[in-house]
Amino acid sequence: MNPLPAFKRSFAHGVHPEGHDEQTAHQPIQRVPFVNQYILPLGQHLGVPARPIVKVGERVQRGQLIAEPGAYVSTTLHSPVTGWVRAIAPRRSPRGDLQTAIEIEADAYATQRLESKPTIDWASLSIDEFIKQIQNAGIVGMGGAAFPTHVKYDLPDGMRIQHLVINGAECEPYLTNDHRLMLERPEVVLQGTEIVRQKLGATLATIGVEMNKADAIAILKKHLKHYQHIQVLPLRVKYPQGAEKMLIKSIFGIEVPAGQLPRDVGVTVNNVSTIVAIADYFQTGMPLIERIVTVSGPGVEQPANLIVPLGTPVREVLRFCGGLKETTREVIMGGPMMGIPIASLDVPILKGSSGILAFTAAETSRPPEYPCIHCGRCLEACPHFLNPSRLSRLAKIGAYAEMAQYNALDCVECGACSFSCPSNIPIVQLIKMGKEEIRKVKVLNK
Amino acid sequence: MIKDPKLLIQAPPFLRQNLTTPQAMLDVIYALIPIIIASIWFFGLSALLLLIASVAGAVLTEWLFSPSPKSLWDGSAILTGLLLALTLPPTLPLWMAFLGSVVAIGLGKMVWGGLGNNLFNPALLGRAFLLASFPAAMTTWTTESGIFNSNLAMPFMHQSFDAVTSATPLNLMELQHQTTNLWDLFIGTIPGSFGETSALLIILGGLYLIARRSIDWRIPTAILTTVIIFSSLLFITDSTRFPNPLFAVFSGGLLLGVFFMATDPVTSPLTPKGAWIFGIGIGILVILIRNFGALPEGVMYAILLMNATVPLIERYTQPRAFGHNGGGSKK
Repeated sequence: MNPLPAFKRSFAHGVHPEGHDEQTAHQPIQRVPFVNQYILPLGQHLGVPARPIVKVGERVQRGQLIAEPGAYVSTTLHSPVTGWVRAIAPRRSPRGDLQTAIEIEADAYATQRLESKPTIDWASLSIDEFIKQIQNAGIVGMGGAAFPTHVKYDLPDGMRIQHLVINGAECEPYLTNDHRLMLERPEVVLQGTEIVRQKLGATLATIGVEMNKADAIAILKKHLKHYQHIQVLPLRVKYPQGAEKMLIKSIFGIEVPAGQLPRDVGVTVNNVSTIVAIADYFQTGMPLIERIVTVSGPGVEQPANLIVPLGTPVREVLRFCGGLKETTREVIMGGPMMGIPIASLDVPILKGSSGILAFTAAETSRPPEYPCIHCGRCLEACPHFLNPSRLSRLAKIGAYAEMAQYNALDCVECGACSFSCPSNIPIVQLIKMGKEEIRKVKVLNK
Repeated sequence: MIKDPKLLIQAPPFLRQNLTTPQAMLDVIYALIPIIIASIWFFGLSALLLLIASVAGAVLTEWLFSPSPKSLWDGSAILTGLLLALTLPPTLPLWMAFLGSVVAIGLGKMVWGGLGNNLFNPALLGRAFLLASFPAAMTTWTTESGIFNSNLAMPFMHQSFDAVTSATPLNLMELQHQTTNLWDLFIGTIPGSFGETSALLIILGGLYLIARRSIDWRIPTAILTTVIIFSSLLFITDSTRFPNPLFAVFSGGLLLGVFFMATDPVTSPLTPKGAWIFGIGIGILVILIRNFGALPEGVMYAILLMNATVPLIERYTQPRAFGHNGGGSKK
C-alpha cells in the first residue's frame, strides 16, 4: 500500500467552499488569560460520560484528574485551572441540552503553573500501557468528533496498522488552528507523529496537508530530516478532505469498505491537534486541559487563534477578541460546514471545539426553501456517492427502512449536499434524522 | 461585557453556494431570449402575442392553484409558458395557446403536487394536449412573414387560412422525401414551430446552460449521438428513403427538445448513468417515430415516453456508494 502520485491524489465528488482563512491564517497563536469560572461537561467526548471523582467545595490543582472514564469508550477529565469545585450540576452544553458538568472557580491568586511531572518514557511502554496513558491523558479526536483516541489505538487481535495518517487537511473554511499549529510547532507535530507511529508499529506515517497551507507544508518538510518514516504530502483543496475515509482515498486511492473502519485497511487517522496533545502529554505530563481555537468570522472584532483552557465560556473567549460586532446574528461552534449554532454565549469550550465563528446578516440570510428540482448537484457533491436528494425525500415521508437500503448509514454528515442545494433544502438534517430512526429500529430488533 | 445578541439557530452548513432555484430557472430563460427574439424577427408580432398568451396562461394557473404565493416567483411557470409557446405554430389562435399552458401547468404540474413532483415535462404535456385537441391548427405552418408583414388580425380568434401555408422540412421529408437546405435549417429561415427554427441559437443557448451547469451535458450528448448514429445507419441502408443524419439533427424540434425539454431536471433522471439511458432512449424513439411512424415529428412523444420511465431508470441506476461492491479495499 503506497501513497498515490500527486496528480491522482484526490477523492471523487466533494465541494469547493471559499477558504475564508485570511482573517486568522497569519495570526500567531495567543494564550487566553484565566477567567473566573470553568464549566466541564462530563459528556464532552463520544461514548459514555466521565464519572466525577471530586466533591463540591474540593480544591483542585491545574491538571488534576477530576473525572474518570465512565466505561471503556469514555475518557478522563482534568481540571484546567487551580481552584475549587463549585458545582456538579446540569449546565447548558453547546448543543443546547443540559448536561452534568463540573463547575470550577479559578483561584485568582494561584500561579496556575502546571505541576512539573517527570516526562513519561514512551519508548519503554507496552502498547497496552500506552493506550492506558492516552486514556489517562483524556485525549480525544480534536478535529470535532471527540472520539476517545485510546479506543482507536486498541486493535483487535491479529490486526496491524501499517500506516499512520495525520490529518492536517483542515478542510473546514475559516478554521486555521491546525494550520497555525503546524506552522508554530512543527517539531512537536513530528514528535507526536513519531511516538504514535512507533507505538502502533506502523511502517510509515503520512501528514496530509491541503495545498492552501503551503507554508505549513514547507516548514514540516524542513524538519523532516530526523524522521525517516514520516512524509508530508500536499493535498488538493477540497471539502471534506479531512473526513477519515476521504483522506485515505486521497492518499492511497483505497476506499474503506462501508461499515468498516480505517483500521480494517491497516490505517489509523489522527488529527494534528490530537497528535500535538499526545506529544505534549508525554513530554510535559500535561493532560488534555486546553486546546487551540480559531475565533473568526465577520462578526468578531479581532479574529485570532487562541490557546483556550477547556471549560472557558465562549463569552470570555469572545471578550478577549474584542467582543462581537453589533451586527452579529449567529455564533457557531466548530467549522461552518459541520459546526453547531449556539444559543447562548455561556456555553463552554469543549475538547472538540475547533472554532468559534460569528456571522452577520450577510452570511446568515438564506433564501426560502424551494422544492427539489432534481438538479443532481447533491449527487455530485456527496463524497460517499449517495443520493442525498432521494434520501431527504424518503426522510420527509418517513420511509426510514428504504433509506437504509439507499445506504443512509454511510452518510458522514459533511453537509456537502446542503451546501450545494440551490433549493436550500436541509438535506443533511433530514438524513441525520433518518439515520437516528434507522438506528432506533436496529436497536429494537436486537 | 458582551451584550448578548439575539442569536439565530439555523441548521448547518452555514455556507452555501450561490445558486438558487429561481436563478437556475432564470438562467434557462436567459438562454431562451435570443431564440425568442429570433422567432419574433422571423414570424412577426403575432409570435410575441402568442408568447404572451402562453406565459399568461401558465402564470395565471400557477397562481390559482399554488399553495403558496412564493412558488409564483420561482420562475418555473414563466419558463413553462415560454417553452410551450416555442413549440407552437406561429399562426395558432391565441386562446389555444392560453389553454395549452393552462393544461401544461394545471395537469402537467400542479396536480402532481407542484414544482419538482411532476412526472412529465409540463410544456410538452400542454403541447400534446393541443395536438390531440386541435390537430389542424397545430399542424398548419406558415412561411416566415418577417417582423412587419405579420398578419396581426389573424391569430387572435381563429385559424387563418389566408396566410401562406407551407410544409415544414420534416413534412416534406415524410410526405415527399424531399430534404431542405441544411444552411436554411441551421440559420432558421424555414417554416416550423416558431421556436424550433434556428438551430444555431438553440445550440448556443444549450451550450450556455451546459457551461453554467444548469443542465446535465450527458442528456444532449446521449440524444444527439444516438440520433446521428441511428440515422446514419438508416441513411446507409437506404439513402433515398431516409434523410441524412445532419438533416435529422437540425430539423424539427429536435434541438429545442434536446437542450430545453429533455434536460428539464425534474423530469429527467438525476443519476449519471440514468441520464445516458434516458438520452439514448429519446434518440432511438425520435428516429423510430419520424421514420417508421405516422407522424412527421416525434421529439415530443419521445421525450414524454421517456419521462414516464424516469422513476424506473433511477431505481436501477443508483450510484455505487463509496466503499460498496468492488470499490472497497484492494490492498
